[in-house]
Amino acid sequence: MDAVIASLPEYWDGFLRTLYLSVISGIIALVVGTLLAAMRVSPVAALRGFSMFYVEVARNTPLTIIFFFAAIVLPRLGVKFEQFEVAAIIALSSYTAAFIAEAVRSGVNSVPVGQAEAARSVGMTFTQVLGFIVLPQAVRTVVPPLINILIALVKNSSVAGAFFVLELFGYGRQLSNDYGNQVLWILLGVAFFYLLITVPLGLLAHFVERKVAIAR
Amino acid sequence: MKSLITRRKSLLVAASAAIALSLSACGGGGSSTTPPVASASFEAGTTMAKLSEAKTIKIGTKFDQPLFGQKGLDGKPVGFDVEIGKAIAAKLGIAADKIEWVETVSQNRESFIEQGRVDLVIATYTINDARKEKVSFAGPYYEAGQALLVNKDDNSITKPEDVKGKKVCSVTGSTPAKTIAEKYGAEVVPAATYTACLEPLRNKQVVAVTTDNVILAGYVDKEPDAFKLASDQTFTKEPYGIGLKKDDTVFRNWINDQLEGFAKDGTYKKAWEATAGKVIKTAPELPAINRY
Repeated sequence: MDAVIASLPEYWDGFLRTLYLSVISGIIALVVGTLLAAMRVSPVAALRGFSMFYVEVARNTPLTIIFFFAAIVLPRLGVKFEQFEVAAIIALSSYTAAFIAEAVRSGVNSVPVGQAEAARSVGMTFTQVLGFIVLPQAVRTVVPPLINILIALVKNSSVAGAFFVLELFGYGRQLSNDYGNQVLWILLGVAFFYLLITVPLGLLAHFVERKVAIAR
Repeated sequence: MKSLITRRKSLLVAASAAIALSLSACGGGGSSTTPPVASASFEAGTTMAKLSEAKTIKIGTKFDQPLFGQKGLDGKPVGFDVEIGKAIAAKLGIAADKIEWVETVSQNRESFIEQGRVDLVIATYTINDARKEKVSFAGPYYEAGQALLVNKDDNSITKPEDVKGKKVCSVTGSTPAKTIAEKYGAEVVPAATYTACLEPLRNKQVVAVTTDNVILAGYVDKEPDAFKLASDQTFTKEPYGIGLKKDDTVFRNWINDQLEGFAKDGTYKKAWEATAGKVIKTAPELPAINRY
């Protein structure tokens, strides 16, 4: 226990880095994922095909391997980053985007076809139909799964600790090296700081869900 | 069809080349550096007498530490630790093929000695006070220390002062990581294992990898075209000793005498040159024996 208290500065540093990775990757993943979902329902066959290919490859590849590509293979191909955090964000957001795309797509499917047909009949373009009519309704129905994906993202960010980024998990490993006799407390401390991010996210999900839920 | 034939042919060529290589490797390893088996007699009741009588000895070593103790597919460990073990066995009148090699990893060395599962441990075994409470150490027979591994084409780094403010990869929280950060001001890139550090080094995302020269030399041995040691000099001291049963002072003193003998008659130098000396060019002097 005293090891945890003595290491609070390290925990805090790791906590901030985990939060940073999660927030930046989360924002990128939400944007890219929604774009991918839009491509998936678009009338252009090439876009549909690309989106399907990307989503299937990204969500069926283990995250560790995606990290390996981002942190080690990309630099080998000449794409170099000053900071390993960049590689971590690329890996996390490209992986999470695939799941977000699938969640948003399921939301789009839940919007009755009549909505889109009605919108088209008043002369809206595809972008307008999607942006003003379908997506706003779709997103409201998929708040719980979206938050689930973001919670998974926070936990997945621990993989970055194995790829040269000192976030919570990375510090956990360093502290277990320093205090070999208190590994249990060290790891409980790490878990506590993860809960500090994920539990509020879960509560937020409940709150948003009640606010925006639409009865169908 | 034609391409298939040529492919088969090239496979055959590759296979025979591999066989030739492994054969020549065998030939290389066969050049024994060990002194001839002595016909010695010892005072009754000593460990030496017992081992000499039994004509066999159990020596613990690492099986995964290239250049020091590594067991290949042929089942025979090779390396500097192994050569030292063979030389000591020879002085006891035990032939090299009568030595029983036991794998001792870092976590089990003390307990293996205490339980008598090995007579000696020669396994890149750093002498320190915590370990001295459980076992005794002869030696040191070699002084390892922290060093820097750099890319083969990088001549800008030769000493630890050269990495100030630059990125250096090491294992999270390890002693070498702390030394390079706190004493020499490097920016440490944390990795889970030292092997994981090799890719960022190859990609030039870090300028160096740091830990004990012994571990780094193993990487150079595997990929001499990619990496090199920044220098043969080390900047910390890790004295390696030979572990044996606690308070067997007679045996310890006898081993110490043998080590000094090896330094004088050239056995020590020959053992080095045949193994770790392939990467660490500067042959070490036998460190001053610590007769505590």
